[in-house]
Amino acid sequence: MKRFEDITAVAAPLMRNNIDTDAIIPSREISGISKAGLGEALFAGWRYGEPGSRKPRADFILNRAEYADAQVLLAGENFGCGSSREHAVWALQEWGFRAVIAPSFGAIFYANCIQNGLLPVVLDRVAVAHLAELSAQNPDKNLLALSLSKQTVMAGGEEFGFSLSATHKKMLLTGQDQIALTLELRAQILEFQKKDRRNRPWAYLQA
Amino acid sequence: MARCLFEKIWQAHEVADLGDGVSLILVDRVLLHERTGPIALENLKTAGRPVANPGHVFCILDHIVDTLPGRGDATRVPGGTKFITALREAAGQAGLTLFDIGDPRQGITHVVSTEQGIALPGLTIVCPDSHTCTQGALGALAWGIGSSEAEHALATGTLRVDKPKTMRVTFGGALQSGVTAKDMILALIAKFSAAGARGHALEFAGEAVMGLDMEARMTLCNMAVEFGAFTGLIAPDQKTLDYVKGRPYAPGEGDYDRAVRAWGQLASDPGAKFDLEISLDATSFAPMVTWGTSPQQAMPVDGRVPDPGAENNEDQKSSMIRAQDYMALGPGTALTDLSIDGAFIGSCTNSRISDLRRAARILQGRKVAAGVRAICVPGSTRVKSQAEAEGLDRIFLDAGFEWRESGCSMCFFAGGESFGYRDRVVTSTNRNFESRQGPETRSHLASPETVAASAIEGRIADVRKYLSGAK
Ligand code: SF4
Repeated sequence: MKRFEDITAVAAPLMRNNIDTDAIIPSREISGISKAGLGEALFAGWRYGEPGSRKPRADFILNRAEYADAQVLLAGENFGCGSSREHAVWALQEWGFRAVIAPSFGAIFYANCIQNGLLPVVLDRVAVAHLAELSAQNPDKNLLALSLSKQTVMAGGEEFGFSLSATHKKMLLTGQDQIALTLELRAQILEFQKKDRRNRPWAYLQA
Repeated sequence: MARCLFEKIWQAHEVADLGDGVSLILVDRVLLHERTGPIALENLKTAGRPVANPGHVFCILDHIVDTLPGRGDATRVPGGTKFITALREAAGQAGLTLFDIGDPRQGITHVVSTEQGIALPGLTIVCPDSHTCTQGALGALAWGIGSSEAEHALATGTLRVDKPKTMRVTFGGALQSGVTAKDMILALIAKFSAAGARGHALEFAGEAVMGLDMEARMTLCNMAVEFGAFTGLIAPDQKTLDYVKGRPYAPGEGDYDRAVRAWGQLASDPGAKFDLEISLDATSFAPMVTWGTSPQQAMPVDGRVPDPGAENNEDQKSSMIRAQDYMALGPGTALTDLSIDGAFIGSCTNSRISDLRRAARILQGRKVAAGVRAICVPGSTRVKSQAEAEGLDRIFLDAGFEWRESGCSMCFFAGGESFGYRDRVVTSTNRNFESRQGPETRSHLASPETVAASAIEGRIADVRKYLSGAK
């Protein structure tokens, strides 16, 4: 997984509530068994004209030149709700996003972010709205500085702290392979299963 | 100390406390479907990691397979055949059980799992699919994960899980005629928002819940994720035991009595504390229909679309305006004035035999209105066979419904078959998101009987008038 490194970048405001993973990456755009090639289809339903077309809609924020290099997405409540598809995270990353700031996130999406090194930042509604306002006024001037080690967001001379579990922080900072870490506990897992099997034989099926 | 149901299952599966609220949790079952499964299996293979417990993994074809009669690997989903063959091959290589096209066990993952006894009370079950929570209806801890976590579960037989908080929703009273589990969950989400249970493992309890049959409980738990919950679950009772008994992967003769004794412990102790508790009286519920593009934008079928102008929360107001624009309706519109282009009965929410029976009762001797495309997709091949044995297929077909092979079908639009551009559809599914069922399709979520009644009238209909006087 990717490590998260601090950034100072343009933030793009997409201040809608309940932006679901179908909207982030429509199912019809997932045509290969791969994490790659999804960036082009990010927000396809909103970003392009007719369904299936690739004609950008001038009124969609990510199509505007000022936001072409945005690395932070600002969004409303419950961002990433809906389907579990991890493709939503892969698509955001391939487009160039490194972090999403929202008042709240869909739980599976949040976990998927952590797994892939996309930083999910929870700030209260007022703070996110304020950052969105700053960005809308002048995206290039009001760059947003995001530090994971300090757990701060800075923009327009103001600083906001955010909280994050120590475990998630460590995962994002180190980019360590979780499976490898867990496999180190293999003896303990097998021991647990051995005992458990005696108590719950019906839970154990043969292939 | 008094513990709740969730706590008991969690503790019984906690291999290690990893600190900071994270535990290493033993995973009893991993389910994979062709949409999100192949990438997890492929990454695992690339990393040279074997599947830890192949006997605990089930691969099921449902998302991309065609549901037209006579189907094979060809599908209208662009690139879809690759997903089908990739899952089949990966399952074969890893020695995993596969419910393939043509297998009588095939169907929608969350329907098949309970039907086959793969899901059992007290088990932990994960699947890279958000509606895995459906299986909590049996008193299992079942939750949706991403592909990376699926890889972790496959490789290690465990998951690192942030412990959710606990919540209980108690539905008191009894449901009125024509009101179903679907209406209960929509009423709940409408009242407390699509994020109302965020971060919580949610236990459903109370008279109205325990009064539901097992399939209706699955409908209730299915939409826990639309309420933002980590998962939903219901304590097993006699109905659960009766349901589980004799299913293919359920404990057999030797283990059965012991299992039943263990399952008897799976209830929240009196006095157990929850981080959040809500009580609702289900007696006053009406059939619910969504008017917007989030499950929280739902209201009783005889209501009128709300006025965003009356909403104080600015975010809510703009969501409402946007949803009303998308759905092509406005403040004050009576739902029952909306004419429809499509009607869909299917999905892991409402496609089981009892759902089809209730819909068929409305359709019997009646015809779908002209201009309405009506489709019924049984939740599993087994449900389909049973429905056919009972003659339900004839009722659907005679009424003018299409009768399909099992799968997710038009519950979601993957670029293949769908309802038409901007069609208005009444649907027994769980998500009314933008373009969920087709290009800019306008989906109204409702119970199967409401879908049936609406199909007949060609507009959103109040099913209760079909029931009064009827037995
Ligand atoms: S039926 Fe619909 S909601 Fe259920 S698993 Fe299939 S696509 Fe998902």
